[in-house]
Amino acid sequence: METTRRSFYHRIICSLWATITAAVIVPTWVYLFRPSHKAGSVWVDAGDVRALEAGKPKEVVFLRLRVDGWKRTSGNGTAWLVKSQGEKITAFAPQCTHLGCPYHWDEKQQKFVCPCHDSLFSISGEVLTGPAPRTLDRYEVRLEGSRVWLGPVVRSEKISA
Amino acid sequence: MARASGTFGEDFSVRSFLRKALNCIDDRTGFESAVRHFLRESIPASTGWRHVFGSVALFLFVLQGVTGILLTFNYAPTPGDAYSSLQYIMTELPAGRIIRGLHHWGASIMIVAVVLHLLQVALYGAYKKPREATWVFGVVLLLLVLGFGLTGYLLPWDNRAYWATVVTTEIAGLTPGLGPSLQRLLGSEDGIIGVTAFARFYGLHVTLLPLLTTFIIAVHLYLVRKHGVMPAPGDQAPKIRFYPTQAFRDTVSIFVVFVALFVMAVAVDAPLDKLADPTDRSYVPRPDWYFLFLFQLLKFFPGSWEAAGAIVFPMLAIVALLLVPLLDRKRMTALRNRTMTLGVLGLILLGWASLTVTAVMTTPNQPVVSSGTPRRDSGWARLSPSQLSGLAYFRQKTCTNCHNLLSGEPKVGPTLATLPIRSATATQDHFKRLTAGGLEGTKAGLQIDEQQGAALAEFASSLTPENAWTLESAPNEVIEGARVYQENHCSMCHQINGDGMTIGPPLNGIGTRRTSDWLKEKIQDPRVTSPDTKMPPFRIPSAELDQLVGYLMAVP
Repeated sequence: METTRRSFYHRIICSLWATITAAVIVPTWVYLFRPSHKAGSVWVDAGDVRALEAGKPKEVVFLRLRVDGWKRTSGNGTAWLVKSQGEKITAFAPQCTHLGCPYHWDEKQQKFVCPCHDSLFSISGEVLTGPAPRTLDRYEVRLEGSRVWLGPVVRSEKISA
Repeated sequence: MARASGTFGEDFSVRSFLRKALNCIDDRTGFESAVRHFLRESIPASTGWRHVFGSVALFLFVLQGVTGILLTFNYAPTPGDAYSSLQYIMTELPAGRIIRGLHHWGASIMIVAVVLHLLQVALYGAYKKPREATWVFGVVLLLLVLGFGLTGYLLPWDNRAYWATVVTTEIAGLTPGLGPSLQRLLGSEDGIIGVTAFARFYGLHVTLLPLLTTFIIAVHLYLVRKHGVMPAPGDQAPKIRFYPTQAFRDTVSIFVVFVALFVMAVAVDAPLDKLADPTDRSYVPRPDWYFLFLFQLLKFFPGSWEAAGAIVFPMLAIVALLLVPLLDRKRMTALRNRTMTLGVLGLILLGWASLTVTAVMTTPNQPVVSSGTPRRDSGWARLSPSQLSGLAYFRQKTCTNCHNLLSGEPKVGPTLATLPIRSATATQDHFKRLTAGGLEGTKAGLQIDEQQGAALAEFASSLTPENAWTLESAPNEVIEGARVYQENHCSMCHQINGDGMTIGPPLNGIGTRRTSDWLKEKIQDPRVTSPDTKMPPFRIPSAELDQLVGYLMAVP
């Protein structure tokens, strides 16, 4: 194709504006979508293991640090701790895997009950009935001496029906 | 061009598809025709590179809008939080530095572009009949841009922002007749910039000024289109179209300015001083460079004439600027016939430049804290020396082997800040068992003397989740310095953060009054500087003396 003065101008104008747009959009994208540099460990002390009874879930409240943008706050976090007969400790994250409602342990039914859409979970976190798509999410757990430490929450796998 | 024939026998190239799509949209909206109409504007053949400044200013206004909106996504518009959120943008958000850099340096470049645009118009007499209204709205736009600079200056809430704004509102208070009401409108009545003033400045900067400016830009552009670009004297050539020749010049100029701005944003950190401190008596406030001439001008107006310099003179200058088309009504626009205008312009520029240069030269060098280096929490500065020294022992005595203050890797002992009961006696008992080797998993032989134990007990009992945050980030040099301070019983005579006696002078802020060498000499031999002092000489090993003086210099 023949390059006229007009098409030369046209091409320069388009490419310069494209460059400017890209030079604004790239930092914008990085600024809005890339996570900020996070610091610190997430392990929290959730209390003494001797306070737990085997086969009886207990809700523990612990102080948790949160890096919230430019603020560092400490607030309460909760977990359902379950000690099995084999002294194994499991810590469930406190929200239903369906839509995030807080569930509770029902002593009579011996099940975790979500009050929002009636999902029921067994003591080991499996879905028994209801719309919940996954078993309960768990914290990573570590024992140091007699103290229970909770790490990051690990999202459970989707269970196929 | 290669063409793929569709099975439907239609012309199916990408280009023709786009063409159809565009036509379809244009039939319904007319957007494309509008853009074409806009680009096909007839302009005089003599239009040239000197006409690019308006477009550059418009581009910068849009860019300021984009970067400004992006900043608000991570900015907390209240005093204090404003500062920490900006620090967060600058140091923790990827590309946050660049976004703020573009906004900060873009403001300065925008002032330059607007002033060059105005000079070009003034120089060529483009404000003459029938373009007087275009000029007037242009001057209003200049004032609005300066208003953006003035209100935006406060928003980082650092020391320079704070003090420059104190001066600004004081000046507003000098306005004859309207002073107090104007000050009330700006939210400052007692010479202090607080939450109200901050909210007003923020509101002006992000709502009223952008709306007003957008509207007036629209009027200004409408008038430019209505009257057309003014041809150079004697230009009889047939008119040309804006696109592509002038569009090319505009684009290239915008591109050059943008590249310069981008390089600046990447290479130079936009300044962020220390947090605004209304009690800082050592700070020398200075406005941004484009207001320096006004600042310098005020030095020539003594006492009762203050209002004349601060308000009346600038007002007269603005009115004169607005009235330029009325003052100069001759039809001639050729440069050789306009020596008078050129002379006045030259004098104004010379005056402006010399005032600015004088102001820059008389500005003392102030250490500007670079915002590129993260200065996380400096909240340790509010803690007492005994608390800090407790932390020193906590780290020294290997308490950290078993305990976290608040966060950290899992450990055998409980996390101290979240422990429900931390009475001093319980802590002392804990130490007794520890030194006797009576605790599970600990080695015997840990030495904790009575004073250290007391410091640790006080430290442990004063822990809360909130101050534990702060303590965790306290720098080691500082807490070691505080330990030396406690071990030498400095608080028997001196006070820091309300802790200690006031027999000797309080030591808060000593770093702004004395040098570290002075302090070292004073501690080792107090009689050198004040012969009658009751302070005894202290023999402190030089490493510890350094730590102590480092701590004292850092205490605000």
